[in-house]
Amino acid sequence: MLRWHPASGSPSFGDMEPTQQAPATSNISVRRGEPLVVIDKVDKHFGDLHVLNDINTVVNRGEVVVVIGPSGSGKSTLCRAINRLETIDSGTITIDGERLPEEGAALAKLRADVGMVFQSFNLFAHKTVLENVTLAPIRVKKMSRKDAEAKAMQLLERVGVANQAKKLPAQLSGGQQQRVAIARSLAMTPKLILMDEPTSALDPEMINEVLDVMVGLAQEGMTMIVVTHEMGFARKAADRVLFMSDGKIVEEAAPADFFDNPQTDRAKDFLSKILER
Amino acid sequence: MDAVIENLPTYWRGFTMTLQLLVVSGVAALVLGTIIAAMRISPVASLRGFAMVYTELVRNTPLTLVLFFTAIILPYLGSRLDYIVAAMIGLSVYTSPFVAEALRSGINGVPVGQAEAARSVGLGFGQTVSLIVMPQAFRMTIPPLINVFIALTKNTSVAGGFFVFELFAAARELANANGDAVIAILLGAATLYLVVTIPLGVIAAQLERKWVVQR
Repeated sequence: MLRWHPASGSPSFGDMEPTQQAPATSNISVRRGEPLVVIDKVDKHFGDLHVLNDINTVVNRGEVVVVIGPSGSGKSTLCRAINRLETIDSGTITIDGERLPEEGAALAKLRADVGMVFQSFNLFAHKTVLENVTLAPIRVKKMSRKDAEAKAMQLLERVGVANQAKKLPAQLSGGQQQRVAIARSLAMTPKLILMDEPTSALDPEMINEVLDVMVGLAQEGMTMIVVTHEMGFARKAADRVLFMSDGKIVEEAAPADFFDNPQTDRAKDFLSKILER
Repeated sequence: MDAVIENLPTYWRGFTMTLQLLVVSGVAALVLGTIIAAMRISPVASLRGFAMVYTELVRNTPLTLVLFFTAIILPYLGSRLDYIVAAMIGLSVYTSPFVAEALRSGINGVPVGQAEAARSVGLGFGQTVSLIVMPQAFRMTIPPLINVFIALTKNTSVAGGFFVFELFAAARELANANGDAVIAILLGAATLYLVVTIPLGVIAAQLERKWVVQR
């Protein structure tokens, strides 16, 4: 298997051992690392609506994938299905070689390794910013309060809200809340972060402060699956864009290819609509 | 009025028993009701079903029947419970579904995203409920919960009909002994109930202000 070396920043073919296989089957050149999330023949219905229709894709370690598409295309459902906030009707989702468990302790354990950032932040409303970040490390990883707080302060510092640590979420701006939410997911040192429209609920002037944090994460090699319409972020940080429509992955390409030269009519139509704004 | 003042010690005896019934049954109902409410939202269908049947059954049974069961039927079946304990059990069980329903409305008021966020950082069902959902639900539930406890305060008087000497039993005894001052005696008892219920309302208002969950 070809491994991505964070230090060199790109796959180094010179280091390949003779027995190593070629990188994954796709012709997309930006794939790096081994498969982390494997989504295989996933289907889901909401009543009559076929919200996920035969979804197949692989997200490799260190890869940043942006999922884009019109509302109702199933992109949020796909994102939420990956840590089983939505169940699926058929198919399999595998994370780091392990099939997504049913309910129970095994599922909680897996979720501890998968960060999730929501459109509506969902910070714990009755806990301070610091407690929001330390809660899971203390309760799930059994970290000592002192260590958890030290780590939390480091993360809050990194996302630029350390001075708000003692406040309640409601006292923060949307952009600050979302950055705390990112710090909260990072506190568990996840293998993967899922982001479901992380900037859609923000006032325009706050979007960039969140995007900057996201770009930073991407550059450090965090594996991310991001549902977003922020083309700037996709161009700057994404390795691959998945375009979804009517529950299907219609197009899958590197960001520059997708935005400059979409192949399908649906993608062209969608891009023309979001570019009109 | 003299009849009231002369009999203050009797009132006091009844009043302290009323307080005991209230505190013990209140705490027990709170615990029982929280468990029932947690079952009501659990992912296990049989627990949900049990909680629903329990709630409907107990909530729709008159308190007098519940106390009749714990104070008269249970001893007949061989229990050796003290009448006071029997009354406490009856009052706790009777009040628990009201607590559970109040909590459930509070739980429904906690946005789904809170539980989703809790699950997605790796908390299990029990931790999600006890650390995230219930603390927020309790805060939103204070006004309806206080109503439940005010009702419980008054409901303790039913125990007076089942061999427990509490405030109502004291008033009845005093009224029988002082046939010329029945109205004063009963007003005295009513005032003592108010001494409990009005502060409960005041505490509720204060807690509500202090604990409100900001969104």
